[in-house]
Amino acid sequence: MTQEPLIYARDLVKKFGDFTAVNGIDLEVAPGEAFGFLGPNGAGKSSTMRMIGCVSTPTSGELRILGMDPVRDGSRIRGRLGVCPQLDNLDPDLTVFENLTTYARYFGIPRSEGRRRAAELLEFVQLTEKADGKVEPLSGGMKRRLTIARAMVNEPDLVLLDEPTTGLDPQARHLLWERLFRLKQAGTTLVLTTHYMDEAEQLCDRLVVMDGGKIVAEGSPRHLIDTYSTKEVVELRFGSDTPASYVDKLEGIGDRLDPLPDRLLLYSADGEGAVSEVHRRGYTPSSVLVRRSTLEDVFLILTGRTLVD
Amino acid sequence: MAGTLAILERHLTIYKRNWYASVFSSFILPVLFVISIGIGVGSYVGTVDGWEYLSYIVPGVLASGAFQTAIGESTFPVLGDFKWSRAYHAMRATPLRIKDMIFGWQLYIQIRVFIASVIFLVVSAIFGAVHSPWVVVTPLICALVALATAAPVSAFSAGLENDSYFALLFRFIVIPSTLFAGVFFPVTQLPLLVRPLAYASPLWHAVELCRAAMLGTPPPWPVAVHVGYLIVLAVGGLYWADRAYSKRLKD
Ligand SMILES: Nc1ncnc2c1ncn2[C@@H]1O[C@H](COP(=O)(O)OP(=O)(O)OP(=O)(O)O)[C@@H](O)[C@H]1O
Ligand SMILES: [Mg+2]
Repeated sequence: MTQEPLIYARDLVKKFGDFTAVNGIDLEVAPGEAFGFLGPNGAGKSSTMRMIGCVSTPTSGELRILGMDPVRDGSRIRGRLGVCPQLDNLDPDLTVFENLTTYARYFGIPRSEGRRRAAELLEFVQLTEKADGKVEPLSGGMKRRLTIARAMVNEPDLVLLDEPTTGLDPQARHLLWERLFRLKQAGTTLVLTTHYMDEAEQLCDRLVVMDGGKIVAEGSPRHLIDTYSTKEVVELRFGSDTPASYVDKLEGIGDRLDPLPDRLLLYSADGEGAVSEVHRRGYTPSSVLVRRSTLEDVFLILTGRTLVD
Repeated sequence: MAGTLAILERHLTIYKRNWYASVFSSFILPVLFVISIGIGVGSYVGTVDGWEYLSYIVPGVLASGAFQTAIGESTFPVLGDFKWSRAYHAMRATPLRIKDMIFGWQLYIQIRVFIASVIFLVVSAIFGAVHSPWVVVTPLICALVALATAAPVSAFSAGLENDSYFALLFRFIVIPSTLFAGVFFPVTQLPLLVRPLAYASPLWHAVELCRAAMLGTPPPWPVAVHVGYLIVLAVGGLYWADRAYSKRLKD
């Protein structure tokens, strides 16, 4: 079956004056997919999302959303998108319920249908009892959930979520993930950006790693880990010694050594074997942790930097 | 059109909750004004251009009310919806067009001005300040001056990063306009040099048109010139607003 991609980009560029925020990226997102942009601050994730959301005009390159041209058909495309921007822009002068019904009117949805959907969506994001309250007193997690509910009010074909859980406590994040997972199960196409590996691993079928406006790797979380990292990673700490001073001494153990300010990462298919080898060479780290490789490691290997500062 | 009305609906939903906040400035203040100046001060002033003072100033206060509402609603609320609530950014992510955002807000201001004008006219009629059937066109004049003022001022507000320019706007344009644009005394009493400033103000044209309509006398300049000037400001203001809103909302 050949389905037209919901998002199609070729050599997409966004410049702000002389500064290039997005530097020639190619994308294809299929219907029903959960697709992620992973990258550090300033990677160009939001700039890309805003072009996809048809609120920012590409500087050059080709972009088609839902098979249409964002410049010519922006209004029609936006009518079929649900957008959760990086910064909440809920209406502080309206109640929680009115935020949804008013937004529904922006999409030309009849009033009674808007009220029906608003009630249903508040139920879905567990904010029913806040319906008649103002937005301001809501917690960060509640505001985020309301923004996501608002993004669903037009029953969108494509939902764009820019850092849906940044700044939330673990409990609030898990609740949001669970709701997003349900959307995904229901067949909604999700595109999200995140700094968080666990978020990308939980929600994304496929993701791209962005750095400095470019895509540096692409694939499923599993595929990225298998391709760029080893099966296991050993984290070694050496008390007050600088980890970098051990790079020469441990040379040859595992596939790769990465000294971080506080610890040394040793990539190996066999973590326990590597630890034995460290001991055999006569070194005794103050702490040893053998763990499975994560997207965090992939990111470090690809860019030489950690993802969350 | 549907988009414009959806935005108007948002503004009215908020107004329905906060309407009492503007009752004093929109309705009570102008009426108190007529009573105190028209009747109190008026007895010292005597007549102006052959009219007792109350009849002379009522058309001016009517136009000035429309002007003030237009200014008030196109300064802080517009900047606030761009900068603080980011309501316009939220609208931008929907099928709404920038023209809908501009027209929706102007329509809202028109409704506010219309209600205030009609209430004020009723009170003026009770005080015997209406002298011509042409009074029925005054709500149209108020609508026109409101648009001629609110459109360019909204455009100005849409381009701002903070509210410090509003103090200048109020000090150097709004207050002088209210005092010297013919509301309280004829512009011909101003020194020749500053008169052009009054002529440049949309308020002066509206004051003279309202006065002509309520007293049944011809305005100082041809009606077409007064109306034409306001239309030019309104159309130019809408065009400028389109530019300013687009600049702010596109990337
Ligand atoms: N409107 C703008 N004008 C000028 N520069 C901009 C603008 N928007 C973004 N940038 C710059 O473009 C770069 C990419 O920004 P973008 O917001 O896309 O990054 P991001 O990956 O979303 O980062 P974060 O994780 O911090 O949200 C940054 O260096 C940013 O300063
Ligand atoms: Mg961002």
